[in-house]
Amino acid sequence: MFGKKEKPEKRDGFIKRLRARINRGDSWLTYDLANLAPGGTIDEDVLDELEALLVMADVGVETTERIISDLQKSLARKELKDVAALRNGLRASLCGILAPVEKPLSIEKPGGPFVILMVGVNGAGKTTTIGKLARHLKDDGYSVMLAAGDTFRAAAVEQLQAWGERNDVAVIAQQAGADPAAVIFDAWEAARARNIDVLLADTAGRLQSQTGLMDELAKVKRVVARRDESAPHEIMLVLDASQGQNALVQAEKFHEALGLTGITVTKLDGSAKGGILLAIANRLNVPVRFIGIGEAAEDMQPFAADDFVDALLTSGGQGK
Amino acid sequence: MFDNLSGRLSDAARQLTGKGRLTESNIKDTLRQVRLALLEADVALPVVKTFIERIRVRALGEEVGKSLTPGQALVRIIHDELVQILGSESAPLDLRAQPPVVILLAGLQGAGKTTTAAKLAKRLIDREKKKVMLVSVDVHRPAAILQLQTLAGEVGALHCASDAGEKPTRIVDRALDEARRSHADVLIVDTAGRLHIDSGMMQEVVEVHEAAQPLETLFVVDSMAGQDAVNAATAFNESLSLTGTVLTKADGDAKGGVALSVVEVTGKPIRFMGIGEKIDALEAFHPDRMASRILGMGDVLSLVEEIEHTVSKEKTEKLAKKLKKGRGFDLSDLRDQLEQMMNMGGLATMLDKLPMPGNVNPAALADSANEQKIRRQIAIINSMTPSERRFPKTINGSRKKRIANGSGQQIQDVNRLLKQHLQMERMMKKVSRGGMKKFMRGMPGGGMPPGFR
Repeated sequence: MFGKKEKPEKRDGFIKRLRARINRGDSWLTYDLANLAPGGTIDEDVLDELEALLVMADVGVETTERIISDLQKSLARKELKDVAALRNGLRASLCGILAPVEKPLSIEKPGGPFVILMVGVNGAGKTTTIGKLARHLKDDGYSVMLAAGDTFRAAAVEQLQAWGERNDVAVIAQQAGADPAAVIFDAWEAARARNIDVLLADTAGRLQSQTGLMDELAKVKRVVARRDESAPHEIMLVLDASQGQNALVQAEKFHEALGLTGITVTKLDGSAKGGILLAIANRLNVPVRFIGIGEAAEDMQPFAADDFVDALLTSGGQGK
Repeated sequence: MFDNLSGRLSDAARQLTGKGRLTESNIKDTLRQVRLALLEADVALPVVKTFIERIRVRALGEEVGKSLTPGQALVRIIHDELVQILGSESAPLDLRAQPPVVILLAGLQGAGKTTTAAKLAKRLIDREKKKVMLVSVDVHRPAAILQLQTLAGEVGALHCASDAGEKPTRIVDRALDEARRSHADVLIVDTAGRLHIDSGMMQEVVEVHEAAQPLETLFVVDSMAGQDAVNAATAFNESLSLTGTVLTKADGDAKGGVALSVVEVTGKPIRFMGIGEKIDALEAFHPDRMASRILGMGDVLSLVEEIEHTVSKEKTEKLAKKLKKGRGFDLSDLRDQLEQMMNMGGLATMLDKLPMPGNVNPAALADSANEQKIRRQIAIINSMTPSERRFPKTINGSRKKRIANGSGQQIQDVNRLLKQHLQMERMMKKVSRGGMKKFMRGMPGGGMPPGFR
C-alpha cells in the first residue's frame, strides 16, 4: 500500500466497507438528495437544504458556502435539471476540493530509518494508528520499530508495547516522565544500529493552544534532525473525524508549529461524516494519507478522494 | 474556549445601533451572524434553529430600555436564553445514598473518560473527603486498565484490579463487593470508549449499567466534538438514562458549542469541565457564568471560588492577622502570594477566567505574567536575607547587586520586584481585614496584583 501494487480485491473490500460505514447511522446524501427534491426539480430551496446537510456533516460554513455557490452557478446556467445532475455537480465540487490532497505516503530509505512522527490532540487515536500502521508496514515487507514518545499519560508506554507485541515489532521506551526527544533520539540510534526501515514515533496528545507543549514537539523535531537532516521524513497529524470546526484550528496550529507533511483521519466509522476533511483540504494544502473506519488494522487504508466522495454520495446497500 | 463566539456576537450586536426597538428587519442580519457563529462553534444545526427561533420571538417588539443600546438588549436576550438552556445553576453530584455510591462514566473513544475518572476521584477525595474506589471495565483498549490503576495511585484512590479477559459485568460485581468490604464511599466505574451506533458495544454498557446500578451516569464528551455529538448524546441518553455530562479538554481553543447541543438533547446538566493536563484540573460547571463567558463577560466568580480553595487558609489568615496588627506586608508575604499563584495552575488558567476587553491579546498578557517570570521573582526573594525580606528599605545598591547575582537576574529585575512590592504594600494597607477573597475583590479588574497587568 505504499506505492506498491496492491491486491485489487483488498481495495474493493475496503471501499465497500467505507461506503457501508460512512452511511451507517443516518443514511446520508443519496437518500436525502432524493428526498430533498421529491418532484425532481432542483431550485434554491433544495440547495438551502443541501447547505444544511453539509453543515451537519461538519464541513464548516466557509467550505459549505464554496460548494453551494458552485452549485448555484450551475443552477443559474440551468445545468441542474434533476437529482442526478445535482449529484454530479456536488460530486465534481467535492472531488475538486479533495483531489489535490490525495497523495499517498511513499517510504524512501535515504540511508537511515524513515522516521514518522505522530502528533495530535489528546484522544485523537495516535497510539492506535501507530499500531495499525506498523502492521501494514510489516505486511508490506518493511522492518519497523516503535518509539514510545508519550511519556506523560499513564500507561501510554504499555499501550504501545501491547501493539508492539501484537505485531512482533520492537518498542523503544524509557520510564514515564522521560524527555520525549531523548526517547525518540535513542530509538533512532537503535533503529539505525539494527538497520530498521521505518521508525514510528508516538508523542503525547496535546491541545494546540498549549504553547509549552507545542514547543516540546518542535524540540523533538529538532533533536531528530540532528543525526539525519531529512528526518523526521513524515510529520503526521492524527485527526478524530468526530471533531468539529476546531479540527481545522488544530491542523493550522500544528502545521504552523511543525510543518505537517500528512494527515490521518480516524474514527470515520461513527455517524460523523468527517466533513471537516473538506474544510481542511479547502484551507491547507497538506496531503491526507490514511483514513480509518474501524477497530481492525485492515480498516485503515490510504485516502483516495474519489472513493471517499463516492462513499459519501452512495448509500451502503447500493453499488456505484 | 468560546472566545470567537463572543467576538462574533459582540460584532453582530455592535452593528445594531441607533434603533429604538428591535424589529424583524433590524435583527435579521444580527441573527444570521449569531446563527453562523453558533454553527462555527459546532452547535448542532437543529439546536441552532430552535435557539434562533426562540431569540427571534422574544426579541420582536422588545422595547429597548434607555440604559441599553439595541445591541446590548439583544445580547441580554441571547444571554438569558443561553442560561436557560445551560441551566440556571450549577448541579452538584448527588451522592446521598447508601455507600458505595456508584458513578458510571461513558462516552466515545478518546473523549477522556479515564482521565476524568481520576480527576473526579481526586476532587471527591480532596474536597468532599470521600473514600473513593476506581475500577475499569475497559477490556478492549490495550493498557486501559493499567492507565486507571496508575492514576488511582496518583490521586490516592483505591483501585479494584480487573483483567482484560474478564467479563465487564463480572468486574462490576466484584468491584461492588470490594468497595463494600473496604468501606469506600464512592465507586467510579470507567467504561471502554464506544460508538453509539455499535449495537454490540452499546448492549455491553447497558449490562454494565444494570449491574452497577449507578446513582450518577455521566456522559463524557470532548469539547472539540462536532455536529454528530448530538446523535451520540441522544443514543447514550436513551440507552443509559444519563444524569449529567462532563465536558473535557475545555482548556483548548475549541468554542465548545457541543455543550449547548448536549444539554439541549439530553436535558441533563453539565456537571464538570476538564480544564488541563494536571490531575486536579476539573472544575464545577456554572451555567450562568458560562453563558456570561460566551458573551465575553468573564468568569470572575469562578476564579474567586478557585482562589478560596487553593489559597491555603492558614497562610491567608496569618497574613490578615499580621496586617491587622499594623505590621507591613513584607517580601516573604509577597513570596507566599507568588507561590500560591503558581499553585493555582499558573496564571494562564487564571487569565482565562478574567473578563478581557476585545482589544487585549490574552496570549501577550499571559506571556507578560507567565510562570517562568513568577519563578524568577521567587528566586530573587529567595536570594535575600531574612532581614532584607522583612525590611526591604535596607536593600541598598550593593545588596541589590548581591541579590541579582545570587538569583541570576539583572539589577533592574530586582528593582522592578521591589517597586511591585511597594505598590502591593500600599494596597495591602488599605485592606483593613479579611483574607485573600476580600483582597481580590477590592482590586480593579478582578484581582491581578499591580505589576501583572
